[in-house]
Amino acid sequence: MLKAPTPEVDTGEALPLLDVRDLTVEFQTRRGTVQAVKHVNISLAKGETLGIVGESGSGKSVTSYAVMRILDRAGRIADGSVRFSNLDLRQIDESEMRDLRGREMSMIFQSPRLALNPIRKIGHQIEDVLLQHAQADAAAAADKAVEMLEQVRIARPRERYHAYPFELSGGMCQRVVIALALACRPQLLIADEPTTGLDVTTQKAVMDLVVELTRERGMSTILITHDLGLAAAYCDKVIVMEKGNVVETAKAETIFRNPMHPYTRKLMRATPRPGITLRELLPDEDALRAGAIGAATAKADAPLLKVEKLVKEYPRQGAASSLSRLFKSGPTPEGEVFRAVDGISFEIARGESVGLVGESGCGKSTTSMMLMRLIDKTSGTISFDGEDIGAIPAKDFATLPQRRRIQMVFQDPTDSLNPRFTAARAIADPLLRLSDISRHSLRGRVEELATQVGLPLDLLDRFPHQLSGGQKARVGIARAIALKPDLVVLDEPTAALDVSVQAVVLNLLQDLKDKLGMSYLFVSHDLNVVRLLCDRVIVMKSGQIVEQGLTARVMDAPQAEYTRDLLAAIPHPPI
Amino acid sequence: MLATLGKRLLTVIPTLIGVIIVTFLLTRVLPGDPAVYFAGPAATPDSIAEIRKGLGLDKPLPEQFVRYVGDLAHGNFGNSLSTGRPVATEIASRLPASAELTLLGLFVSLVIAVPLGILAAVKQGSWIDHTCRVVATAGVSLPVFFTGLLLVYAFYYQLGWAPAPLGRLDAFASAPPQINGFYLIDSLVTGNFEVFRSALSQLILPVATLAIFSLAPIARMTRASMLAVLASEFVRTARASGLDTRTVIITYAFRNAMLPVVTTLGMVFSFLLGANVLVEKVFAWPGIGSYAVEALLQSDFAPVQGFVLTMAVLYVVLNLVIDILYGVIDPRVRLEG
Repeated sequence: MLKAPTPEVDTGEALPLLDVRDLTVEFQTRRGTVQAVKHVNISLAKGETLGIVGESGSGKSVTSYAVMRILDRAGRIADGSVRFSNLDLRQIDESEMRDLRGREMSMIFQSPRLALNPIRKIGHQIEDVLLQHAQADAAAAADKAVEMLEQVRIARPRERYHAYPFELSGGMCQRVVIALALACRPQLLIADEPTTGLDVTTQKAVMDLVVELTRERGMSTILITHDLGLAAAYCDKVIVMEKGNVVETAKAETIFRNPMHPYTRKLMRATPRPGITLRELLPDEDALRAGAIGAATAKADAPLLKVEKLVKEYPRQGAASSLSRLFKSGPTPEGEVFRAVDGISFEIARGESVGLVGESGCGKSTTSMMLMRLIDKTSGTISFDGEDIGAIPAKDFATLPQRRRIQMVFQDPTDSLNPRFTAARAIADPLLRLSDISRHSLRGRVEELATQVGLPLDLLDRFPHQLSGGQKARVGIARAIALKPDLVVLDEPTAALDVSVQAVVLNLLQDLKDKLGMSYLFVSHDLNVVRLLCDRVIVMKSGQIVEQGLTARVMDAPQAEYTRDLLAAIPHPPI
Repeated sequence: MLATLGKRLLTVIPTLIGVIIVTFLLTRVLPGDPAVYFAGPAATPDSIAEIRKGLGLDKPLPEQFVRYVGDLAHGNFGNSLSTGRPVATEIASRLPASAELTLLGLFVSLVIAVPLGILAAVKQGSWIDHTCRVVATAGVSLPVFFTGLLLVYAFYYQLGWAPAPLGRLDAFASAPPQINGFYLIDSLVTGNFEVFRSALSQLILPVATLAIFSLAPIARMTRASMLAVLASEFVRTARASGLDTRTVIITYAFRNAMLPVVTTLGMVFSFLLGANVLVEKVFAWPGIGSYAVEALLQSDFAPVQGFVLTMAVLYVVLNLVIDILYGVIDPRVRLEG
């Protein structure tokens, strides 16, 4: 539906816009030379959209940096040729290359907010590019920049011209980056994970914009992504990369209907999608070994957690600071508070897993922080096993026995581990602080936990930087279940992981829940993941619950319009 | 912006009150009784008591404090016991000497260290990077009095290029009429180039001493901060948009790298201002550092109090300037103000 009619690629006659042959990129590291990209061939015709798909470390970004010749100091093109509309990009000198960048080929990046100069007005940043490539003289540059902002559908472009990146949302920043990339009407656009970290609806808006703008300019596009669904929905041709090698190249429809390479099949399988079970994410043999998912579900007795009319207010940004409030007495004027969470009520039963979904800024993280008793509520009640824990100040909660019963798995497995603690020390941390376990039985308990989460025991004495993303996630989970909690809050625990690792971690979480009888509150923006793991789902928007119910009911027959929008925005592989 | 400034100034008041209290108490608890010191070796207990009464030291501390604050409010910092001159006048005449030296030293250091740091970061691992490291390490590991003496030995004693290290002007020049106390500026304004040259040649060695010392933190901070910014994603975007090297390094990278450099600069400045006592000693510089040290050795606490208070006010003003600079450099800081 979103796809351009596939141009007839006939490499025999039409010269490709970009022709990469046998490209090998090496990096000098402390452990010697590492080949990040090995003998890669890419051919891209005019007007074509090519997807490069792979997990982290597959070399997909490095390939594009090599084409643009913006590799890090440590990296260099060791072998192969890169031809761009009949120019040999390896031969031309740096100043010619600089002229090509931005004018003939340009790039948009992951994390758009970081991709913009934080202390320069966005209008000026667009002007910089225009002036550099002599696309406008100084007098006309400002108008041209405003025009570009208009084209990427930024409302009130003349005002926004003077905005700084921190004043704009992530989606808007990505539009500015697109404006920057397209300002000089290049022939090739390389989009490196352009929507990672953006909400699904924003992702759809941004991708649709890219497709529309590139098509109307007749541009070629390379879309680099880890998301097979995204590549399927927007690309003509897809390249799958693994560990620096291209393992498969095919048209988008073919590759998804009939993946040839085992790695492609594994990736396809691990991608969460409607109509499958958790086990089906795993490769056959692993799924077999894992066995059937336990049938244990919610028990019907009193709910474990009951939240009623929960509210959290924050002072609005730019409102009077605490200092000037000291000098000015009187009530806080209306409109100075922002309701991050606006009177929500829900329950979690014992052994139940509940998904909390919504886009960034909808209040789902604030809600989970309040349930975790890390921040104080403004009003409402949080009863946990019959006791109003919402009344206990957050700063006191850490030392209470109830702390043991509510634990959390954090979003970023790297940032949430102390870099100076070994895996064993990290897992032991809650045991040391909140239980009276004896020194000599500590190691045994840590090893038991490691076994439970499938962390090899010989990794226990490693530091976080010596572990992979999946292993760090396991450490985080082991730490959360160390005290046998009743409720675990999972804050996007797989968002930073590759799909194949995510598949394994999700299955692990499911098995642990069945075995230990815990309840989960699973905070996520990925509806497909929630569908797989959760019994019930709560959809939040602007601090309020717009819909809640059984997962199957909400996903298949959504009542609220917002839920329907969310579901419609997920890119689906054409299967 | 003005409101931010006003708010910022308000927060200064408690700091200053604290400083006044602490300086007052500090000089009272220091060993040595000024009355005994001034009565001389042949004094009788009676004469000491009389002097103590004359100094107001027989009153209880709170009363002494009230009197002290009252004097301060009238701009009266008390009189030096050893010279008999009012401390306020003394500091007013000596502060410009220290400030001229320190500011110039910092300026020279900045002019050398910042480009050096930028180049070292841009060409990481090259000879210029190594030069930067060697110069910075050498500069910071040599104590200032040693560098000072070394420079005097080499350029005055051996080579004879520099004038004798005896104050702000050579023996034959007379001070220019005081406008702001900076001899370089005063002499230029009055058109007295002879004095200007004399003042400048006297300044070269002490300024070089201070500059060598302060090179290290500024160069190292510039380099580290530039390296971090050069590795950031918006610099990659700038490069991917084909912006020329100059724009990428100056407009994109350096402006972002400036915040930590400005912070360091403020620290180095305040540090130098107090710590150039040794330089002032070596070059017989009539600054406030040497004044305070002499007073301290003689238990002459009015100048010490005056010195500490002046320094505190300078620090406060300096921090204010740095905060304003932050706002100029980084729009995000402006918002928080």
